[in-house]
Amino acid sequence: MKKALLFAVVLCLAVSLGALTPVEAQKIKQGGTMVVTYKDDISTLDPAIGYDWQNWSMIKSLFNGLMDYKAGTYKLEPDLAESFTISPDGKIYTFKIRKDVKFHNGRKLTAEDIKYSIDRAVNPKTQSPGQGFFGSIKGFDDMVAGKTTELSGMTVVDPYTLRIELSRPDATFLHVMAINFAFAVPKEEVEKWGADFGKHPVGTGAFKMQEWKLGQRVVYVRNHDYYKPGLPRLDKIIFEVGVEPTVALLRLQRGQVDILGDGIPPARFLQVKNDPKNADLIIEGGQLHTGYVSMNVRMKPFDNVKVRQAVNMAINKKRICKIINNRAIPANQPLPPAMPGYDKNYKGYPYNPQKAKALLAEAGYANGFTTELYANNTDPNPRIAQAIQQDLAGIGIKANLKTLAQSAVITAGGEPDQAPMIWSGGMAWIADFPDPSNFYGPILGCGGAVKGGWNWSWYCNKDLEAKATKADAMSDPAKASQRTELWRSIFIDIMKDAPWAPIFNEQRFTMRALRLGGPDAIFVDPVHIPVNYEYVYAKDAQ
Amino acid sequence: MLTFLAKRLGQSILILFGVTLITFCLSFLMPADPVRMIAGRSATQATVESIRKQLGLDQPLPVQYVKYLGRLVQGDLGRSYKQKTQVRELIMSRLPATLLLMVGTIFFELLIGLPAGIYAATKRGSPTDTWIMALSFAGVSIPQFVLGLLLLYVFANMIPIFPLGGYGSLKHLVLPALTLGISGGGWYSRMIRSSMVDVLRQDFIRTARAKGLTERAVVLVHALRNAILPVVAMVGLDIGIFMAGAVVVESVYGWPGIGQLAWQAIQMVDIPIIMGVTLVAAIGIVLGNLLADLIMPFVDPRVYLR
Repeated sequence: MKKALLFAVVLCLAVSLGALTPVEAQKIKQGGTMVVTYKDDISTLDPAIGYDWQNWSMIKSLFNGLMDYKAGTYKLEPDLAESFTISPDGKIYTFKIRKDVKFHNGRKLTAEDIKYSIDRAVNPKTQSPGQGFFGSIKGFDDMVAGKTTELSGMTVVDPYTLRIELSRPDATFLHVMAINFAFAVPKEEVEKWGADFGKHPVGTGAFKMQEWKLGQRVVYVRNHDYYKPGLPRLDKIIFEVGVEPTVALLRLQRGQVDILGDGIPPARFLQVKNDPKNADLIIEGGQLHTGYVSMNVRMKPFDNVKVRQAVNMAINKKRICKIINNRAIPANQPLPPAMPGYDKNYKGYPYNPQKAKALLAEAGYANGFTTELYANNTDPNPRIAQAIQQDLAGIGIKANLKTLAQSAVITAGGEPDQAPMIWSGGMAWIADFPDPSNFYGPILGCGGAVKGGWNWSWYCNKDLEAKATKADAMSDPAKASQRTELWRSIFIDIMKDAPWAPIFNEQRFTMRALRLGGPDAIFVDPVHIPVNYEYVYAKDAQ
Repeated sequence: MLTFLAKRLGQSILILFGVTLITFCLSFLMPADPVRMIAGRSATQATVESIRKQLGLDQPLPVQYVKYLGRLVQGDLGRSYKQKTQVRELIMSRLPATLLLMVGTIFFELLIGLPAGIYAATKRGSPTDTWIMALSFAGVSIPQFVLGLLLLYVFANMIPIFPLGGYGSLKHLVLPALTLGISGGGWYSRMIRSSMVDVLRQDFIRTARAKGLTERAVVLVHALRNAILPVVAMVGLDIGIFMAGAVVVESVYGWPGIGQLAWQAIQMVDIPIIMGVTLVAAIGIVLGNLLADLIMPFVDPRVYLR
């Protein structure tokens, strides 16, 4: 009884503390196990290579980079770096590196390791999908061309000081240092395992990998030498793969599973959400995601801005949100609400089929036209595409649906003259880091409007391109708000040209077992999907 | 016997060669670029081209195919594009589960199919026959995911006799094998019924009855031995089919078989895995058929191997 009372007091204290400061180190005992389920295999845990939403967060708890985000937020903070300085021209970053960090194999981390890891991610031989993120470091072009094997801009000043010189000021550089591709890996282990390093990951992170049974499970255990006091909170995480989401839900209800890695199965969503028993188990949060319809501005009739504006006015976004059980909120601009630069006051194109029809008539398509709408063939995307199809039919546009596998849609979008319209759901953009530039370059900028690129609307506005370049050069932290303002105006200007019809911003719903504790923020951590593994704790271990 | 084996093995190699050629061409006909899938959405043009070159995907298709064959002969199935793991390792890790499910399934197929089919044949035209055939038809027609989820819900959730999916013990095997066994059993019962009906009309059955054998002995000894040949051939086929995995049942029950691997690989245009799994399935079908052919003379001495 006494124990229970004490437990209750501690819990109340923890909760109230948690309410004040999101994820401050509370007096939480370490211990316990958590079971997370996934349907698909885990592909690789090599930080230079892994790039899907599933391994993204798993890699984060095995490795660390110079920078990281404060748990549950988008706020940058030093991680492997103790501190850093930026030169007045914004081109030289000097990082002081922590002296108390050890790899899982027991060796101490030095500046040399971080240099090696970034060089490795840029080296074409590594085939890293993140290579392009490091474009502002001096020597990047030479290395990509295969002329050198080290970035000339990186210098190890002493074992705990790393100097990185950029070829141009880059306001997103600190975000890049927090991205998985920049995480520290030990050279000796990479060389020992070669291409199999992704199956035998060795990092500095909160957990180390204990077991990987292909097609069945991955087991993490606590890294007792972790340099952050009190973390991680769990002793063990078991990731089970091959588990159908519906079955995972049944198992969660029976207490065999703690986190549904793939989320609540869409077909059961309303039933689960409306069940009062689950009120404490489901946590809702936003994410940096926008679902949109791209219109290829180089294909007729979408080369006419009035046609694109008409499409924006023809689609009933509220109805589409309803189709997916309100798991999303209607969008009117490319940036999601949580992203800096999002314009709260912007009203966007209202839903107005009459006006849309009038715009079509002005553009010379009073009788409408026939076109194609590409979409991913996994639920709910075909249903959403059908709803868009009906809305377009309402103003006289006959859109034939082409529902294909994800890879086929992506390939079609990368051709200059193949896909007039694409519904982005199921492959849509979720930001790599919380900076508006990440929503521009690849998907709305001229750089992405190339064969095989991701700018499926093939929109390229030279004026905005110049503004974007200017914004990305504003790396002085004092100018941050000016920069955000510039980005805001860029995205609102884009909407004047309407290469996209933004449809909705997806919300996240994490379902967890009652035995897991921690502030809500870490269960919908914007950087970690499904949850921030380091900060979750087990109530039964308290 | 030996000449038969030599001949069949020779044919098999030709078949497998053909399978690799067709799969290879088909995977490149897919309207999707594997390099794009590896490089991801943030890759620059330079990254994409460098990956394409390193994987040899920039070379003409015939050159790529010959190189693939060259590695294949040395037992190298290549590395997965997405997982970066050796395809051989990925397939081997899933082979035990696949084989186990295959054995379990064939066990249930025969357990359900044979008695039902034999019984229906002996009661031909009766309401029992109609009922058995209707049920077997239902078994064949019911979608596997419906049956799978139903069995799982009833026997693992409502009445928790079996685990809620997973792999590891015989208990885990029962429901997935039963799901596949019910639909397969439907086929078997229909097949054995029609084959049995034919045999029961033959003269030697009349002779057996005339010499005073019990009906049981007539049916189960004399008739069954003659009627079972198509079943042996069908089991041989099944071995091959299940070597490619059972995608639907594997995903409902979280069974780590080859089907799941193949399905995920197709989504990601992971050509080395697709090639590897197809090859394993083809080997399975060839071997299964060979096995059936080899067993047949023992079941029915009238069959000769040439």
